[in-house]
Amino acid sequence: MKHIKTLNKANLKKTAAKGGCGECQASCQSACKTSCTVANQKCEK
Amino acid sequence: MIHRYSLNGYNIVLDVHSGGIHIIDDITYEVLGLVSPPMSSICSQRILDALGNRYSNQQIIEAYSELYELFEQDLLFSKDDYEQFANQMVASPVKAMCLNIAHDCNLRCEYCFASTGDFGQGRRLMDFETGKAAVDFLLEHSKGRKNLEMDFFGGEPLMNFDVVKQIVEYARSKEKEYNKNFRFTITTNGLLLTEDKMDYINKQMSNVVLSLDGRKEINDKLRKRVDGTGCYDTIVLKYKQLVDKRGHDNYYVRGTFTKHNLDFSKDVQHLNELGFDQLSVEPVVGDPSKGFAISKNDLPRIFDEYENLAQQIIESKQQGKGFNFFHFMLDLDQGPCAIKRLRGCGCGNEYVAVTPDGDIYPCHQFVGMEEWKMGTVYEGKLDFAKKDRFSKAHVYEKEKCKDCWAKFYCSGGCNANNFPLANK
Ligand code: SF4
Ligand code: SF4
Repeated sequence: MKHIKTLNKANLKKTAAKGGCGECQASCQSACKTSCTVANQKCEK
Repeated sequence: MIHRYSLNGYNIVLDVHSGGIHIIDDITYEVLGLVSPPMSSICSQRILDALGNRYSNQQIIEAYSELYELFEQDLLFSKDDYEQFANQMVASPVKAMCLNIAHDCNLRCEYCFASTGDFGQGRRLMDFETGKAAVDFLLEHSKGRKNLEMDFFGGEPLMNFDVVKQIVEYARSKEKEYNKNFRFTITTNGLLLTEDKMDYINKQMSNVVLSLDGRKEINDKLRKRVDGTGCYDTIVLKYKQLVDKRGHDNYYVRGTFTKHNLDFSKDVQHLNELGFDQLSVEPVVGDPSKGFAISKNDLPRIFDEYENLAQQIIESKQQGKGFNFFHFMLDLDQGPCAIKRLRGCGCGNEYVAVTPDGDIYPCHQFVGMEEWKMGTVYEGKLDFAKKDRFSKAHVYEKEKCKDCWAKFYCSGGCNANNFPLANK
């Protein structure tokens, strides 16, 4: 493509099919904790 | 659904439901602004007319065709078919716990959500018996989950560090038998750090959060000791030592910004100049009547400041320095699965907080609100009606979240902050 560059694998849909195991870190998003914003977490799989 | 914006010379398109991120050129950006789904394979006359004074038909059609190609591949305006997964993880085991090991603190930060440490419940320390019961509770209620998290929180956890150590040792002694892997974290204001404590933390804790707001005058204005003196000079040295000993890995220096420092990018920069490279500085949450509170009118200024910060990070990366700013970190390929993203924190469902007396609350922010109490670690029971309610707090249940482009990045935000605002 000349006009468009896709930066990532865009695989969110695939992750839904296989995800939900619950092994990854709980992700408090509040300012008091800095445990996590969801999207910067690692998947454990 | 898509989200399209331009920043720092890039036109960026997020295709919300595939997670695709595309960089597009100017003409394509303009064409996309005129397109709505479902796309047809032929570029409409309306689009040609609208852009005809600046681009040739051939140019417009070429850009349109590339967009159409993405659409065909389900990478643009891709369908929202996630609601079917919303009930997965409803019956999750409890696998993460915040232990409020000390409802007491040696600082009197003005913006403290825990009423300067005691959560409005009187100053108290957790004893080992209660900590042990909490570990037992987690071992049992985590069922098949292997990775368990325990965060030592307060108040100030270093005020009760002997009990922290006892709890860590007890939990470790059970890992094999129960086939679990404990990950401990601690959040501290640093005042009581000693070399021994640093070594223990660095050995046992998978992450450590070190509170510091930035520039000395900013930090010391709100983060004060009981006698009113600021804590900056004492803690900076200790944090440096701890982080050096830790090999600069798995830690955060975290600050809070308030109305007093809406130019918080300077504080981030300052923390970096001190030698820290894992940084998090976040907006204060609290009583709107307080002088430090951020109001809606401050938002445009804050948005600009985040953009300034992004620019600073780019520049420092170009000079081969750079640092991580927590809220800018996104793993575009290997982030959490869509199911995890539907409900974020998991409070009251996968995650609970325990007070020094052993009472269980949905999370540390609910502590002290009697109506939210979910049980005690001694009884070993949990209020499943409450758990169920939290487990269903996902983005497809919240009208505004459902149709928001950021839903898979914010996951509906913080329940504790949302409840007071709900139905308003
Ligand atoms: S409700 Fe808010 S404070 Fe509580 S765990 Fe969730 S994000 Fe964190
Ligand atoms: S570990 Fe991965 S697959 Fe499992 S819930 Fe977390 S993000 Fe989803």
